Amino acid sequence: MMKKVLAKCYLWLLLAMLYAPLLFIAVFSFTESKVLGSWTGFSTKLYQNLFTGGVSGGSALLAAVENTLLIALIAAAFSTVLGTVAAIGIHNLKGRKKQTVQFLNNIPMINPDIITGVSLFLLFVFLGVSQGYATVVLAHITFCTPYVVLSVLPKLSQMNPNIYEAALDLGATPAQALRKVLIPELRPGMISGFILAFTMSLDDFAVTFFTRGTVGLDTLSTYIYTDARKGGLTPELRPLMTIIFLLVLILLVVINIRQDRANKKVKR
Amino acid sequence: MAKDYIIDIQHLSKSFGGVKVLDDINFYIRKGEFITLLGPSGCGKTTLLRQIAGFIAPDEGKILLEGKDISGIPPYKRPLNTVFQRYALFPHLDVYDNIAFGLKLQKLPADEIQKRVKRMLKMVSMTDYEDRSVDSLSGGQQQRVAIARALVNYPKVLLLDEPLAALDLKMRKDMQLELKEIHRKMGITFIYVTHDQEEALTLSDTIVVLNEGRIQQIGTPTDIYNEPVNCFVADFIGESNILKGRMIRDRRVAFIKHEFDCVDEGFGEDVPVDVVVRPEDIYFTTDPAKCQFTAKVNSCIFKGVHYEMWVDTDSGYELMIQDYDPYAVGSEVMLYIDPDDIQVMHKERTCNVFEGKMVDETHVEMLGAEFECLPQDGFAAGDEVSVEVRFEDVELLDHQEDGKLAGEVHFLLYKGNHYHLTVLTEDGDHIWVDTNDIWDKGDLVGIDIPKKGIKLSKRNG
Amino acid sequence: MVKRSTWSLPYVIFLVVFVVLPLLLIVLYAFQDGSGHFTLANIGRFFTDSDSLQTFALSIEVAIENTLICILLGYPAAWILANRNLNKSAVTVMLFIMPMWINALMRTLATAELFNVLGITLGKGTLLFGMVYDYIPFMVYPIYNILLKMDKSYAEAAEDLGATPWKVFWKVTVPLSMPGVMSGVLMVFMPTVSTFAISEFLTNNKIKLFGTIIQENINSSMWNYGAALAFIMLVIIGITTLFGNNDQAEAEGGLI
Repeated sequence: MMKKVLAKCYLWLLLAMLYAPLLFIAVFSFTESKVLGSWTGFSTKLYQNLFTGGVSGGSALLAAVENTLLIALIAAAFSTVLGTVAAIGIHNLKGRKKQTVQFLNNIPMINPDIITGVSLFLLFVFLGVSQGYATVVLAHITFCTPYVVLSVLPKLSQMNPNIYEAALDLGATPAQALRKVLIPELRPGMISGFILAFTMSLDDFAVTFFTRGTVGLDTLSTYIYTDARKGGLTPELRPLMTIIFLLVLILLVVINIRQDRANKKVKR
Repeated sequence: MAKDYIIDIQHLSKSFGGVKVLDDINFYIRKGEFITLLGPSGCGKTTLLRQIAGFIAPDEGKILLEGKDISGIPPYKRPLNTVFQRYALFPHLDVYDNIAFGLKLQKLPADEIQKRVKRMLKMVSMTDYEDRSVDSLSGGQQQRVAIARALVNYPKVLLLDEPLAALDLKMRKDMQLELKEIHRKMGITFIYVTHDQEEALTLSDTIVVLNEGRIQQIGTPTDIYNEPVNCFVADFIGESNILKGRMIRDRRVAFIKHEFDCVDEGFGEDVPVDVVVRPEDIYFTTDPAKCQFTAKVNSCIFKGVHYEMWVDTDSGYELMIQDYDPYAVGSEVMLYIDPDDIQVMHKERTCNVFEGKMVDETHVEMLGAEFECLPQDGFAAGDEVSVEVRFEDVELLDHQEDGKLAGEVHFLLYKGNHYHLTVLTEDGDHIWVDTNDIWDKGDLVGIDIPKKGIKLSKRNG
Repeated sequence: MVKRSTWSLPYVIFLVVFVVLPLLLIVLYAFQDGSGHFTLANIGRFFTDSDSLQTFALSIEVAIENTLICILLGYPAAWILANRNLNKSAVTVMLFIMPMWINALMRTLATAELFNVLGITLGKGTLLFGMVYDYIPFMVYPIYNILLKMDKSYAEAAEDLGATPWKVFWKVTVPLSMPGVMSGVLMVFMPTVSTFAISEFLTNNKIKLFGTIIQENINSSMWNYGAALAFIMLVIIGITTLFGNNDQAEAEGGLI
């Protein structure tokens, strides 16, 4: 019993440490004060500012949020298609070839962001491509696709290898078998991959930083970075962070429920 | 060609990565027949079935369906359907949609589809299960849905790839009867793949026994059981005593150091043969006039219907006997065998023969290694030679690294007083070994051949 | 039938263009001077410049300290989370994983602000604290994962053979969970060395880590020297991955 209490205490202490800064931001998102840490009474003005565009830093923050979401959406969609097709291909490879492709697929995940960022920066410089929106999206696809591949591959190996053949056997052409049998089977993996890719893209700072060029393109991360280096933190970031925090929480709960259901289904 | 052949397989061969999985397969299947491809795992039976279904293209040879070669036609255009080993039901579709899958692809009218699906569900006794998700079905129920899904398309031939392997024993027995019944009702040709000899004997009109990519024997279940053509078939189908023997003359054979009358003819005189005697065909007697040899009972185990006994014969061989009556361990018994029950088979080989090349006068290279041999006259370095090694001269060692060659025990037969092993070397060569030591299938062994065991002769040509 | 192994081809081409070629370019630029001639000067400059060397040494030091603290704090947490007698709640597990999903920059900024408000001077102490805070979920998760999947019969077999719970833990559980620890190390160590924004925020730009000097060089158009520094980092990654056996990929891939 004693052991259990100690264990619980330890876990909650660690969690308190992990969440203290986030809670701190969340609390101070409900006050108007420009300076963090001074409480000037409850207010939802920062939230109002955020949604009506009356941000003290101009519309740059909202533009950054929009960019972030759009880039994540495009990158995740592309990665899902590319990664799924690739996973089917890799699943059907054998021996050395398979190992090589899987190794290549692991590189972007093993590389720290800065290496991915710098190397892609050099690539675009080398090819003489002017950097901006397109290069950022390409860069995001580069580090997102491996996660899609890794989400779809297990679905392929769990799948009864005869299912595709069964469809052919019953008269489906390869294209019909793909559409009616293979894709429905891979869908959970594709969705997981899409969500992973989407959040990876949202999270990214370093890669965007190196590949956005000088056209003034900002995502939320680069906006925060420049903002913080200027000294003063735009107060409206506080409600924004709080909202993101809640959204992630909801997303994770949804994913967990889905996974629980999937697990139960397998057990049955 | 006879009219009632529905499938005719001619000179079919297939290799995977340089290994011959099927080697010149020839047989035909009559319309409406229940034929079983039987063999141990890795014998090529599933590859053969998948070639008929169209999932693998043959390297050589033809598959004729009603006289037309279908080997170039993709699986979705072949009028054949398959029941897969692990059913391969589509998990995202319910029972009804699984069965209707093929019919919907044919774009049949909805009411026709519904009629046919319902009929099939009734036939496999799954009428109330239409809306169930396939994940919620038991193994046996999934099996029924898989059979219905294939049969609803009215295929010309139904292919079944070990369909009962995943079921437990009781369920398997029930499904065997049901399959037989479905076959009778539908009148469709069934090609059935299994490694279970009992299942094959129960279900089939014809059995094709395969091993290592070759057809060993084709025949009715009784033919195959009573008259196996070689040691492999005799050992694989049922229990048997396989013994070294010698054909003295027509209708007279010697084994376990006794002579017996038999019914086989045409082997020649004084020819080494293999002899098979089924354990239920050795009889106990109290009449000294009938007694052909005596033995001492070594062990006696009750097996439900019969007793299984091991006896040591007066000539030093061990035999298995099945009888309804037990005999006490240690008792001396008198035994005889009917001439009808002695099955004589040609010996496949009497010693190992390898191709080799002289390195110098005391060394020969073969099987990818160099072996020392006794000093040879008349052989120069570089000469191509043929090397004979008697089975009993090959030595097997516990550790692979201790031998000249490394190998794996691939197949073993107990021949009454010694074991006859087939050892597969790492390069894929076969070496046959007679030994008194006990090995198991799959054991990794070192292989050595002492110099006095190597007998050389010039290779002609 | 279509050989579906060819479906990997578009992605292979993509990988070659956007992964392999860029890495080769790092090597190329690292061994070139401004006008495109081969030179060892960039690498040489790193080994003779005491500032760079010091930054490098400090980065490695911070990374090692951070990794060790993460293991010391994270292993017990992972063990408790994976132990059915001590923790039955999936929510606690999720709470530990969730910070991984929130923009690290935001979390770091929040931490730095909290320090500011609490009046703690930013420096190496806050840097380490902030790093542990940022990276501990990445240590907890893979260890938790491997402990959860571990066959309980190993521990039972050890007990059956007479091991005390303490011995079971040290002789069976810990050795068997090493792959999880290794992937945790991979997910913590290299990112710590390479991070730049985090260290800037947490020390108010007082302490530079290796990532920062790479970024500064690239941003001030000293591509060749920047590439040389990135190349040195690549070498270290190569060495650490050799020890880590690619486990990282599996551990991260299992996130959802």
